[in-house]
Amino acid sequence: MPVRNHGRVEITLTVNGEEHRLDVDVRATLLDVLRERLDLTGSKKGCDHGQCGACTILIDGMRANSCLALAVAHQGAEIVTVEGLAEDGELHPLQESFIEHDAFQCGYCTPGQICSAVGMLSEVEAGWPSAVSPDLGAERSELTDEEIRERMSGNICRCGAYMNIVPAISDAAR
Amino acid sequence: MSATDTLTRAIGTPLRRIEGREKVTGEARYAYEHQPENVAYAEGVQARIACGEIRSLDASEALAQPGVIAVIWKENAPKLADDADAELALFQSRRVAYRGQYVAAVVADTPEAAREGQRLLQIEYDEEPHDVELRDDHPKLYTPEKVNPSFPAHVEKGDVEDALGSAAASVDATYRTPAFHNNAMEPHATVGLWQEGDLILYDSNQGAPAHRDAIAKVFDLPPERVRVISPHVGGGFGSKGTPRPQAVIAAMAAQMVGRPVKVAVTRQQMFAVTGYRTPTIQRIRLGADADGRLTAISHEVVEQTSTLKEFAEQTAVVTRVMYAAPNRRTTHKLARLDVPTPSWMRAPGECPGMFALESAMDELAIACGMDPIELRALNDTQADPEDGETPFSSRNLVGCLREGAERFGWADRDPTPGVRREGRWLVGTGVASSTYPAYRRAAQASARAEADGSFVVKVGAADIGTGARTALTQIAADALSTSVDRVRVEIGDSALPKAGVAGGSMGTASWGTAVVRACEALRAKLDDDAGLPAEAEADTSEEIEQQKKLARHGFGAQFAEVRVDSDSGEVRVPRLLGVFAVGRIINPRTARSQFIGGMTMGMGMALHEESVMDVEFGDYLNRDLAQYHVPSCADVQSIEAAWLDEDDDELNPMGSKGIGEIGIVGTAAAIANAVHHATGKRVRELPIRLDRLVACA
Repeated sequence: MPVRNHGRVEITLTVNGEEHRLDVDVRATLLDVLRERLDLTGSKKGCDHGQCGACTILIDGMRANSCLALAVAHQGAEIVTVEGLAEDGELHPLQESFIEHDAFQCGYCTPGQICSAVGMLSEVEAGWPSAVSPDLGAERSELTDEEIRERMSGNICRCGAYMNIVPAISDAAR
Repeated sequence: MSATDTLTRAIGTPLRRIEGREKVTGEARYAYEHQPENVAYAEGVQARIACGEIRSLDASEALAQPGVIAVIWKENAPKLADDADAELALFQSRRVAYRGQYVAAVVADTPEAAREGQRLLQIEYDEEPHDVELRDDHPKLYTPEKVNPSFPAHVEKGDVEDALGSAAASVDATYRTPAFHNNAMEPHATVGLWQEGDLILYDSNQGAPAHRDAIAKVFDLPPERVRVISPHVGGGFGSKGTPRPQAVIAAMAAQMVGRPVKVAVTRQQMFAVTGYRTPTIQRIRLGADADGRLTAISHEVVEQTSTLKEFAEQTAVVTRVMYAAPNRRTTHKLARLDVPTPSWMRAPGECPGMFALESAMDELAIACGMDPIELRALNDTQADPEDGETPFSSRNLVGCLREGAERFGWADRDPTPGVRREGRWLVGTGVASSTYPAYRRAAQASARAEADGSFVVKVGAADIGTGARTALTQIAADALSTSVDRVRVEIGDSALPKAGVAGGSMGTASWGTAVVRACEALRAKLDDDAGLPAEAEADTSEEIEQQKKLARHGFGAQFAEVRVDSDSGEVRVPRLLGVFAVGRIINPRTARSQFIGGMTMGMGMALHEESVMDVEFGDYLNRDLAQYHVPSCADVQSIEAAWLDEDDDELNPMGSKGIGEIGIVGTAAAIANAVHHATGKRVRELPIRLDRLVACA
């Protein structure tokens, strides 16, 4: 990682399967790099402090708040944003399900909700328990509505679409 | 044309959101996401005192930072043509009216450099003592000339004191609501650029034409030289109903640096510069005869505004609509404090007012030994309670209460408080009424028939998440007797036919009327064998001016079940049900979302939300989403909405009433009433925090 003057560093990021070589400000967050440099504006800035989840992306397969991730710390990372979920124009099942269940209104938290749900479902798949899992030793928690609500509580929706987000995720996970 | 004449095919169907695909794929571009060539970034800088003057500003260190282009403040800002809206008169004075007011802006090549420049500005102040605490004995309280938007502040009929003195049952209680912040998910943002003297703003707002007019005035430009483009808006809840300072910063900075400029208000800054709901102190007095019939209603409100601008929330106005009583008084008093200017937040007036009134009705039901639904039904009226004459175009409050009672399972409710226990949990149920006016305002629209058989309908409307784009498509399809897939509705641009903001729950009614009239005019043209393409326009000013004088309001009933932890005071809400009578539902899928969204926000108001004034520094203390708690996914267990069929030919061609705000009206009272039923403790001050209930058993 050659360090340039004025605190700039060259890094490589793979975003939605495409490799980018970028000269980034060491202060730049992944969120700002995605939005301002790569014109991938699907990931949203709702608070810039990791409190709302609108910026949720997948970093090496794990969900993360991109507003709290410095780009310079993610040299070589494989990133998937909401723009990378549909394949060949075919929506991801979660995207379809969000439309069907009207799981959003203004849509600003939606990319974060959907990326978070993708990450959350793989956490469940991998056997991670949550604060409401009845058996912490279980190989895999059952994906109840209560589990979804608990595991999705890092993603705020001010329009109040939670009643639709939970069944949207639950249906897509079937 | 009445609602029943309309050949309905699309209206009433659960069409999926037109822009759904764009929103789930990230393709929908919100204001800040427009990226003109060579764009620069601006950061607003906030005052660190609540009252006083800027003594000096030293920008040298900031300007020495690589990438920082300019620092704008009073001494180098262009003189604005119009400073009538003091919240938009940026950098025109050294005076500071509240802590957090924008006093400068830093413009830079990158967002990182702008932020660094902001940090390095040296601003010195001459500080004066501030006054930021609202009290009901505040010496500066005064009666405003009118309350939002133009209601009398003080209305009195009969002799309230006399009637209260001789009432068989009465309630005299004071309710308090804290300041609430709208907190739409998308922070207010603007990208500004100048093209040959014309100003273009990509802006997050609730109505592009109204914003265009306001900004044009600030910069003394003819409106046609300003264009506001807002295809997608990440929520507003009232806070984007008027232009916010970042729009002025974007335009001013772009002018000064000769480049396009982007500005986003940060989440923290939103708590000062983008409006909020005033705290309220509300004294309610109710008197009833031995049967429970109201003889007197008094609702006296104390609230705040800033020294910059008067905003008087119409908190007691809803009491003029709800229940019959011969003796009635509704008053508002304001204190001008050194605080940010309050503004619209979802159902201004109705929302806080109904927390107080509907809590008091619950208290009166208990005082009378009556079921709270029966008390409300007994005091219902079919004529405007203030003049006793003007009929309601439709009023189905009692129908909603009855239908809700049936669905919720109210019939066997034991009214005794504090007696249902499941382990640690105390369980209770509560009910409250909802209401919201059904207004309309004038709008213009155009409709065009293309040669290929498709239609384009244009109206300067806004979809802030309400589903307006989808509803208008359905309305246009029916008016054109075609299918929704042959209609494209264009909204979100001030270049479109002029229409009012998404506010006051009157968007769909206002824009929809104009769309129907434009489509009718187009059909008339086509019936006259006009060739294709053909276009027609409509302006509803006259139609709306000439509408019959009637009381037009939606009504509803909300039911809550709560569980209160008898040790910690934690409140959970396993069930909320809302039943509404709001004319014809245009799209049941998006309408349900509107109702449950409002109720979810109402639950936040009841249990979570509170902006705490730091009296020492004169600022809202908890200014982020970690400290200002809004409902999260885990807080919502079951929230259901239903509606009655309501035919009302006196509304608009669709027969619809607005639904964006009624969902938040009454929720907090229903929850507070349920908390009382569960615990026996009456919480009259929101939110219902743990410390207000701890050791409630």
